[in-house]
Amino acid sequence: MSVSANPGPGTFTLSQKSGGLPARWMREWKKNYYIYMILIPVVVYYVLFHYLPMYGVIIAWKRFTPLGGIWSSPWVGWTNFNNFFKSYYFFRLIKNTVLINVYDILFSFPAPIILALLLNEIKDGAFKRVSQTISYLPHFISTVIVCGMLVDFLASDGFISTVLSFVGVTPTSWLRVPGAFRTIFVGSGIWQHVGWGSIVYLAALTSVDPQLYDAAVIDGANRWQRLLNVTIPGIIPTIIIMFILRLGQMMSVGAEKVILLYNPTTYVTGDVISSFVYRRGLLENDYSFSTAVGLFNSVINFSFLLTANALSRKVSETSLW
Amino acid sequence: MKYRKSVGEIAFDSFNIVIILFLITITLYPFWYITVASLSSPTVVAQQRGIMLLIKGLNFEAYNAVFKNPNIWTGYQNTIFYVVVGTIVNLFMTTLGAYGLSRKNVYGKAGIMKIIVFTMFFSGGLIPTFLIMKSMGLVDSRWSMIFPSAISTYNMIIMRTAFQSVPDSLEESARIDGANDFVIMWRIIVPLSIPVMAVISLFYAVGHWNSFFNALVYLRTRTLFPLQLILREILITNITDSMMTNVANDREPIGETIKYATVIVSTLPILCLYPFLQRYFVKGIMIGSLKE
Repeated sequence: MSVSANPGPGTFTLSQKSGGLPARWMREWKKNYYIYMILIPVVVYYVLFHYLPMYGVIIAWKRFTPLGGIWSSPWVGWTNFNNFFKSYYFFRLIKNTVLINVYDILFSFPAPIILALLLNEIKDGAFKRVSQTISYLPHFISTVIVCGMLVDFLASDGFISTVLSFVGVTPTSWLRVPGAFRTIFVGSGIWQHVGWGSIVYLAALTSVDPQLYDAAVIDGANRWQRLLNVTIPGIIPTIIIMFILRLGQMMSVGAEKVILLYNPTTYVTGDVISSFVYRRGLLENDYSFSTAVGLFNSVINFSFLLTANALSRKVSETSLW
Repeated sequence: MKYRKSVGEIAFDSFNIVIILFLITITLYPFWYITVASLSSPTVVAQQRGIMLLIKGLNFEAYNAVFKNPNIWTGYQNTIFYVVVGTIVNLFMTTLGAYGLSRKNVYGKAGIMKIIVFTMFFSGGLIPTFLIMKSMGLVDSRWSMIFPSAISTYNMIIMRTAFQSVPDSLEESARIDGANDFVIMWRIIVPLSIPVMAVISLFYAVGHWNSFFNALVYLRTRTLFPLQLILREILITNITDSMMTNVANDREPIGETIKYATVIVSTLPILCLYPFLQRYFVKGIMIGSLKE
């Protein structure tokens, strides 16, 4: 067998086959030389942009000085974490982050399932196709545009105030009302993603065996009974997986939409961990403290995810890894 | 199987269609209102308080103002640069990763895969990433919009699944003809995976078009700002500034229609391409759900 097609580095020959581990590595390197060359830029990317920052979290145990940077700033132990746990922000941030997630699970999670069930009851045809297409549209509109529209519609002379004034609500600048923030945040999230989220469930619905429906009809089941006894059991596995995956993100809310929608008057309800990290870290340059806050959040998120995954493996034999 | 519908079912069907129509209206109204209002006379728009179904007093003033705004133009140019260059880099890097990780019998592949998948669930976070980027000189550089997001692990796994489904025999016969992995990747695997590559390019391109957070974090110089950051200034920051000084109701009427026109100008490319592209997006999500 010729090995000249793989001109790897060095001058190894097949006679080294019986060597130890390093020799085995060299053989491997030579055999898959091109594949390793292909993978090198990818590994470099992950090291530079994912693993170096992970190592950079050591700044959470240091007091960042511009001169020392990440590597040679002085160590301060757990001070930054303790300051956060003792601070007035600690409970507020956790409460806001968890409450937005709870609202989201209560309202945004079932919404695409209901939409998929409604769409499923419509006969295939142009109306169904067009409705689906329209329902995905907001998913592709940028967060900035969506929030810009929200700012406009929620102003005291905007669409929502006007509609609410028909039922006797005084027109208000809704984005300045702390009590309305979560409703606005979660409600607009449903508007953005309900259609896109329904795709997964619609796909699951198409895989329900049509014979089951025929059998149910013969047994005299009406539409509602078929929905309860055939359709919903058919998509329960998908729902369970999606739900468990959702639980894994119980402590995370992305900063992007929050920092576009909140303002100092709604920090009380709107400020979440990620937006706080952004503000303290990048706007006030308090690098070490905000890294500690962010790391605390990442660790909790990760443990939630591990738990959710273990749960998923137990319940449904489906897991992320 | 045919059966006669009961009265209840007919009632349900009609009710269902009414609900769906209502949802469609809610989805489309904001876009409709903004289009109509952007083309109407600013003073009329101010009186309508958010409810408008037809153009009143056709007026292109707002669009004139938008096109005269140099920020919009530089924003547009920058966004096009980030979308085009960013997507090319994305595709190149994602293809390399997907190809390397789709090959069988590569020593260390499982380890690399674990290292990569781990980054989907844990990250250093905003500030350490920012500091590392700073030390690499990427802060306030165009490349900060390109390199940190060079690979989306999720997209790479989708592409890898597609590459794995190419029959081994094709690769083997090419290898017998003396082809190395670069040749196999470029001449066999990639051409056979064009549909997936197209879907993933679309995902990447839309992602670049819509992204603003990276720009907010890394860019300082205004001439590098993508469109979304300019939009944020026009649509959101101004308003919140004025809200803080309690003059929310004294906004210039023309200011409002300018905002609407800005929204239209910046969303038009997506709105126009959307009907043609949406089935590819849906295809993409379906590929993604077929895990392994």
